[in-house]
Amino acid sequence: MSEDTEVSVRAEVRAWLDANWDPNMGLVDWRNKLADSGWGMPTWPSEWHGKDMSSDLGTAVEEEFQAIGAIGVARAGIRMLAAATLLEHGSQMHKEKFLRRILTGEDTWCQLFSEPGSGSDLAGASTRADLKDGRWIINGQKVWTTSAHHAQYGLLLARTDWDLPKHRGLTYFVLDMEQPGVEVQPLRQMNGHASFNQVFFTDAEIAPEFMVEGLGDGWKIATTTLMHERRGADGLRRWSMGTDRPERAYVEEKTELATAMAPYKWYPQRMGRVDLVIERARATGKLDDPTVRQEIAKLLILSKSAEWTARRARAAQVLGRNQGPEGSIGKLAASHVARLANHVHTLINGADAMLTGEDSPMDGVIAEILVSTPAISIAGGTDEIQRNIISERVLGMPKEPRNDTDRPFRDVPRNMIR
Amino acid sequence: MSFSFTDEQAEFRSVLRRFLAEKSPTTEVRRLMETEAGFDREVWRQLSQDLGLTALHIPEEYGGQGFGFVELAIAVEEMGRALLCAPYFSSIVLAATAIMNAGDEAQKRDLLPAIAAGDSRAALAFTEDNGRWDAAGVSMTATPRDGGYQLDGAKSFVLDGHTADLLVVLARRPGSAGEEGLSFFTVPGDAQGLTRRLLQSTDGTRKLARLEFQGVSAELLGEEGGAAAPLSHTLDQAVACLANEMVGGAEMLREQALEYATLRMQFGRAIASFQTLKHKAADMLIDVELAKSAAYYAAAAVDGDDVDELPAMASLAKAGGAEAYMQTAIHAIQIHGGIGFTWDNDTHLWFKRAKSSEVFLGDPNYHRELMLQRWRD
Ligand SMILES: Cc1cc2nc3c(=O)[nH]c(=O)nc-3n(C[C@H](O)[C@H](O)[C@H](O)COP(=O)(O)OP(=O)(O)OC[C@H]3O[C@@H](n4cnc5c(N)ncnc54)[C@H](O)[C@@H]3O)c2cc1C
Repeated sequence: MSEDTEVSVRAEVRAWLDANWDPNMGLVDWRNKLADSGWGMPTWPSEWHGKDMSSDLGTAVEEEFQAIGAIGVARAGIRMLAAATLLEHGSQMHKEKFLRRILTGEDTWCQLFSEPGSGSDLAGASTRADLKDGRWIINGQKVWTTSAHHAQYGLLLARTDWDLPKHRGLTYFVLDMEQPGVEVQPLRQMNGHASFNQVFFTDAEIAPEFMVEGLGDGWKIATTTLMHERRGADGLRRWSMGTDRPERAYVEEKTELATAMAPYKWYPQRMGRVDLVIERARATGKLDDPTVRQEIAKLLILSKSAEWTARRARAAQVLGRNQGPEGSIGKLAASHVARLANHVHTLINGADAMLTGEDSPMDGVIAEILVSTPAISIAGGTDEIQRNIISERVLGMPKEPRNDTDRPFRDVPRNMIR
Repeated sequence: MSFSFTDEQAEFRSVLRRFLAEKSPTTEVRRLMETEAGFDREVWRQLSQDLGLTALHIPEEYGGQGFGFVELAIAVEEMGRALLCAPYFSSIVLAATAIMNAGDEAQKRDLLPAIAAGDSRAALAFTEDNGRWDAAGVSMTATPRDGGYQLDGAKSFVLDGHTADLLVVLARRPGSAGEEGLSFFTVPGDAQGLTRRLLQSTDGTRKLARLEFQGVSAELLGEEGGAAAPLSHTLDQAVACLANEMVGGAEMLREQALEYATLRMQFGRAIASFQTLKHKAADMLIDVELAKSAAYYAAAAVDGDDVDELPAMASLAKAGGAEAYMQTAIHAIQIHGGIGFTWDNDTHLWFKRAKSSEVFLGDPNYHRELMLQRWRD
C-alpha cells in the first residue's frame, strides 16, 4: 500500500464529506447517500455500495469520518454477518432487497443457527424445513439468538433431508421474522441483560426464492457466516457510542443505539475493557502496587500482541489471501485477554469488585465486566472448538475419528430436546 | 495434625448436607438473594435451635457447644456448597469469634449466649470505604463521652450489617494511627445516629452494608487500645473458615459440571468423552483437592497447639482457595456452554460467590504477601 493512495483517499473522502455531511439530515437519508456513494462501506465491491478498497484504506476512511464526527452506516450486530454472507452467496435479488437496508439500519438481522441440542455441533441442527405446496414450512427451535426480539430477518440453518449425512442435509434460508409462525422469548443472561432469545417455529413459512444457493448447501454457507463472526471477534472492532449532540442525525442515531443496539451495550465489557485498566489503577492507587503492576503489564502484553496478531491476519487478507481459519486465532486470543482482564479489574478494584450498580465503580461498568467475560469463550464457537479448528485446519493435525458424519442424520445419537 | 475427619465429623457433615439440600435448594437461594434481608427466619431458627449450628464453636460456659474450628469449618464448607443465604458467617464466624477473642469475662457471658442461641445476630464492622482488610486502615474515631464512647465515621462492606441486632465495631482513639489506639465497641443495630444501607452487590447471596455513625453511643468491648491483636487473630480464624466455605462451593461446581458433561451430547457422543474435557475435569479435581487440603489444614491449625502456625496457614489457604474456586467457576461455565451463561442455569450463582470470595477479607495477592511476612522456616 503506498502512502500516496492513503493520502489521496483521505483527501478524497474529506472533500466528499465536506460537500455532503450534514448532521441535520435524517439518518436513513444520510445513510442512503453513503450507500449510493460507496463511502459507507468502501471495502465492499463497487457494484454493491462499496469502492473495492483494501481494509487498510477502509480504516483510513473510517478515521476521517470519526475525525469530523460524521455518522457511518449501521454496522453493529449480526447485520454485517448477514451482509457478508449475502455478498458471497446471495442471489441478485437478495443483494438488491437486503444490502441497502442493512446499511441504512432499517433492517436488523439475527442468526438462527444454535439449537438446544446443537451448539458446538451446529451441523446437528434439527429444525426442519419441509417443502409443501411450493413453500418451505419451518418447525423447530433455535436458542441463544441475539437480537431476535427486534430483528426483521434471520439467517436460518435448517434440515431439509434426514437421510443424508448431517452436513449434507442442511439448507440456508433468509427467514422473515415478522410472521405468525415465529415466536420469540427473551432469555436472561448471568449479567442480567437479555440480549439473546429462544425462537420457536410453528409452521413458519419461507418462499422458495429466499433459499440461499441450493438445497443442501447450508453447511458451506454457514461456514462463511461463522468465519466472519470469528474474525469480527478479534477485538479490533470499534463500537459507536453515540453522542448527545442536538442535530437530527445524531438524535436518530442515539435512538437507534438505545433500541436496536441495546443487546450489545455490554459487549465492550465482555471483551474485558483493557482500555480502562490504567485509568482505574491510577484512580484506586493500585498503579503503585508492584504486584498489581505485574498483572497489568501481563494483560497489556497479551492484549497488544493479540491486537497485532489480528492486524497481521487482516494484512495477510489484504494481500489477497483467502479468508481462512486464522480468524480462530484472534477469537481464542480475545478470550484469553477477556479472562485476564477480569482478573486484573478485580485486583484493581479490591473490595469494590464485590459491588454493582450505582454503588460500584463507574456506575456498574466494572461489575459488568466481571460477570460478562465468560461469554467470550462460548459465543461464536467455544474455545475448545477454536482449538480443534486451529489444530486440525491450521496445523494439519489428524482429525478425531467420528461416528456422526458418515451415516444418515436420523441415525445419529442426539440430545432429547427439553 | 490429623489428616482425616473422625466418624463423628463425617456424620455431622452428612446430616448438615441433607438439611441444607432440603432448606437451601437454588430456588430458595434465588428467592432470598432478591430480598433485602437475604435470609429466611424460619431456616435460621431451625439451624440455630434444632441443629445448634450457631452454638458450634462457642464455649459451653457461654451457652455454646464447645466444638472447635474443624467442626465450624465443616459447617461453613457445607454452607458454601449449598450457597446458604444466612447471616452465619457474619454472626458466628466473624462477630462471635471477635467477641471470644476480645471481650472480657463479663462481656462474653453477657453477649455470647444470645448469639449462640441464634436469638441475636451480630456483625463485625471493621472495613471502611477504602476497602482495607487490616486494622491500620481504620479511621473511625471513638471519643470518650459520659463514661462511655461516641463513634463517628463510616464502615463499609459490612457482612449482614444492615440486619444485625448487634454490631461489633472497630474504631480508634482520636489522633492515633496504625495498629495503636484501636478498640472494639458494641452498638445495637438500631442505635441512634446510626444509618444503615444495603449495598448493591453482584453476589446477592452475600449481603454487604454501609453504616454511617454520627455521634453513636457505644460500649467498649475488651481492652481500650488493645484491639489490633484480637482483630488479627479473628481475621486469621475467619479466613481459614472462608477457605473452607470456598472449597465447598468449588466442589459443588465441579460435581455439577461433571454431571452435565456426561449427559450432554454433541457430535453424536457425550461431551465428557472428548479428551480436552476429561483433562479439564481432571485439572478441576486437582485444583479443588489441593485447595481442600489447604483449607482443612488451616482449620486444624486454628484448633492446634501451635498458635504461631495459624497466620501463614490461613493466608495460604485463602489465596490458594480463592484461585481454585474462581478457576473452577470459570471452567464450570465453560463446560456448560451457552446454557452456563444464562440466568436460569445455577452455575453463575456460584461463579458470583467465587468472585466475592476472591476479594472478601483480602484478595490472593494480599494474602500471599501476608503469608510470606508471617512464614516460619
Ligand atoms: C453471549 C452469547 C451470544 C450468542 N449469540 C448467538 C447467536 O446470535 N446465534 C446463535 O446461533 N448462537 C449464539 N450463541 C450460541 C453459541 O454459539 C453456543 O453457545 C456455542 O456455540 C456453544 O454451544 P452450546 O452452548 O450448545 O455448548 P455445547 O456445544 O454443548 O458445549 C458444551 C461444552 O462442550 C465442549 N465441547 C463441545 N464439543 C466439543 C469437542 N468436539 N471437543 C471438545 N470440547 C467440546 C464445549 O467447548 C463446551 O465447553 C451465543 C452464545 C452466547 C454465550
